[in-house]
Formats: sequence, structure tokens, C-alpha cells
Amino acid sequence: MSKAPTKTTPARKPAARKPAAPKAAVAVSAAAVEPHGHTHAHDVDHAHGHGHDDHHDDGHAHGSMRDYLIGFGLSVVLTAIPFWLVMSGVFAPQLTGGIIMAFAVAQIVVHMIFFLHMNTKSEGGWTILALIFTLILVVIALTGSLWVMYHLNTNMMPHGMDMNPAP
Amino acid sequence: MASAVKPLVPGEEVVFHLKEEPHHPEGSSTMLGFWLYLMSDCLIFAMLFAVFGVIGGNYAGGPGPKALFELPLVALNTAMLLFSSITYGFAMLAMVRKNVSQTLIWLAITGVFGLCFLGIELYEFAHLIHEGATPQRSGFLSAFFTLVGTHGLHVTFGLIWLVTLMVQISWKGLIPANQRRLMCLSLFWHFLDVIWIGVFTFVYLMGMLR
Repeated sequence: MSKAPTKTTPARKPAARKPAAPKAAVAVSAAAVEPHGHTHAHDVDHAHGHGHDDHHDDGHAHGSMRDYLIGFGLSVVLTAIPFWLVMSGVFAPQLTGGIIMAFAVAQIVVHMIFFLHMNTKSEGGWTILALIFTLILVVIALTGSLWVMYHLNTNMMPHGMDMNPAP
Repeated sequence: MASAVKPLVPGEEVVFHLKEEPHHPEGSSTMLGFWLYLMSDCLIFAMLFAVFGVIGGNYAGGPGPKALFELPLVALNTAMLLFSSITYGFAMLAMVRKNVSQTLIWLAITGVFGLCFLGIELYEFAHLIHEGATPQRSGFLSAFFTLVGTHGLHVTFGLIWLVTLMVQISWKGLIPANQRRLMCLSLFWHFLDVIWIGVFTFVYLMGMLR
């Protein structure tokens, strides 16, 4: 089982060492000639990037045991309360509906933060941007559909007719 | 004209383009790409939720949610998915520690919880169809089976992916490519849990309140 990591290290080392020589050469020429500095500086970064290939994943958040346990505890509570409210029927259906919707939103946020490790910095902010864009689309699609179809139903309905007559 | 272009350093070659394409390390854009896929998947579910919201009350004289749904079963199902989420989290933590055997064990436990979820859902579907509450019965049941069935299908593919990854990890260990795949499946699995929050709230709990 533990063979795998040791097997990969010798294979990666020569690859990481290769760019080292051109990197040094480029660095010398970049330092010697000021006007060319810009393009060569890019090459230096490039060569540098090769050497650290195996570390590029470290920018991603994996969360900690504490994160997962807090997230799990919160979501258990946020799941149990809505189920209990509906099954026991302590409040009026209207009020219960509002409360469980609020709990669902809260639980989705908890999952996003503690399980999906969302933050404003991951992938240079692109994930949160994509999420916000998607949420806007979802809100437009959901409210638009429900609103339009509700009005269509009420306006098309002949007066005094029940839509779901009992069989 | 050609004489106008002179190298700044005498003797150095004049270069008008980058000799090498700008190179990104392998897999560096995978996570963002997978996140964008999840967002498009989110839109599919949003449309199915919208359909359920629009025709979820059209029973066509057939059975409604109160006659069909059993909340204790749904609660059990929700618990299965929640447990599978936290065990997948433990698998990711084991991956960070580079512990292959623990990663595999937690993945297997996640798979078992996922299978329990699917089993309970299929039992519920079979029970509904046996009672005559088939997708053809009413608009409500069509929308219900489409929405919940699509989620179940995602879980099924997630499980196939999970088993595939377990085989890959046992063959090659936790190499960077496998770690990347594990992180993608992690996003997928937790995303399905987020969708399920919407399902149990809007379909099951709100259905019982109608």
C-alpha cells in the first residue's frame, strides 16, 4: 500500500531537475539586460512552476475534522427540527412552511461552507462568481415560473370551478 | 524594413512569439471546470423544482402527498445521505494524511450509505407504483418521479464513480491524479446532499403541509 508514493518520487525528480539549468541561464540574461527583463521574467516564473508541480493542489481547501464535525452537527439539527415541526404539527401549516424553508436555506449555506468548502478566494474567486451567477438564474427561473403559472391558472379558471374535483 | 528590427543585445536572436505555449500544470483547471459542471447541473435541478412547483398540486383526482408519503422513511433516507456526506469527508481527511487504506475504508462506508439511500428510495418508488401512484397517474406524480428520480440517478452514477475510484486508488495509490478525482467526487457527493435538502423540504415536508 505504501509503495505507491515512494514509487512516484524518483520518477518525478529528474523532470523537476531539468528546468533548473535553463532557469539559471535565463535568470542571468534577465539580470544582465534590463529591457528584456519582462519577457524573461515570465520564463523564470515558468521554469519555477515546473519545479513545484506536485504542490499545485495545495491551494484547495480540504477542510479539517473540526469543520466536518461542526457541519455535520449543524445539519443534523437543521434537518431534525423541520421534520419534527411537520410531523408534530405544533404550528399552523402556513407558519411551519415558512420556518422549514428558512431552515432549508440555512442548511444549504452550512453545507456550502463546511462540506463544499466554499469561500470567496478559491480558484481566484471564480467559483463564488459562478455560484452567484447560477443563483441569480435559479431565482429568476423559479420565481418567474411560479409567478407566471400561478397567474395563468387563476386567470384561465372559469369562476366557481374547482381544479381538483373529488373523484 | 527588415533592417529596422534589431536585437537589443548584439548577436541575440530576435523572437516575435513565445517559443513555448504558456504551460499550466496538468489538472490545474479541473476543479474550476468541475464546479462549472455542477452549476449547470444545479440549473437542471432548478428547472425540475420549477416544474414540481407549477404542477405539484395537480392531483387529477388521484392520491396526494398526504396519502402517499411516509415521513419516517424520508427521515431515514435523509439520515443515510447525511451520514454518507460526513464519511466522505473522513475519506478526504484520510487522503490529506496520505493514508491509502483508511481512504479506501471510508469510501467503502460512504458507498454502503449511498446504497442504503438508493435501496430505500427504490423501495418507496416500488411501493408507490404498487399502490397505483405511477408517473402517468397525475401531473403531481410525473413531476415527483422526474425530480426525485433524477436525483436518484445522480446518486447511482456517483456510486459507480466511487467504486471506479476505489479500484484506481488500490491500483495506483493516492497519486495527484487520483487526489484530483477524489476532490471532484467530493464536490459531486456534497452537491447531491445539497439538492436533497431542497427535495425533502419542498417535495416531502411542504407536500405534507398542502
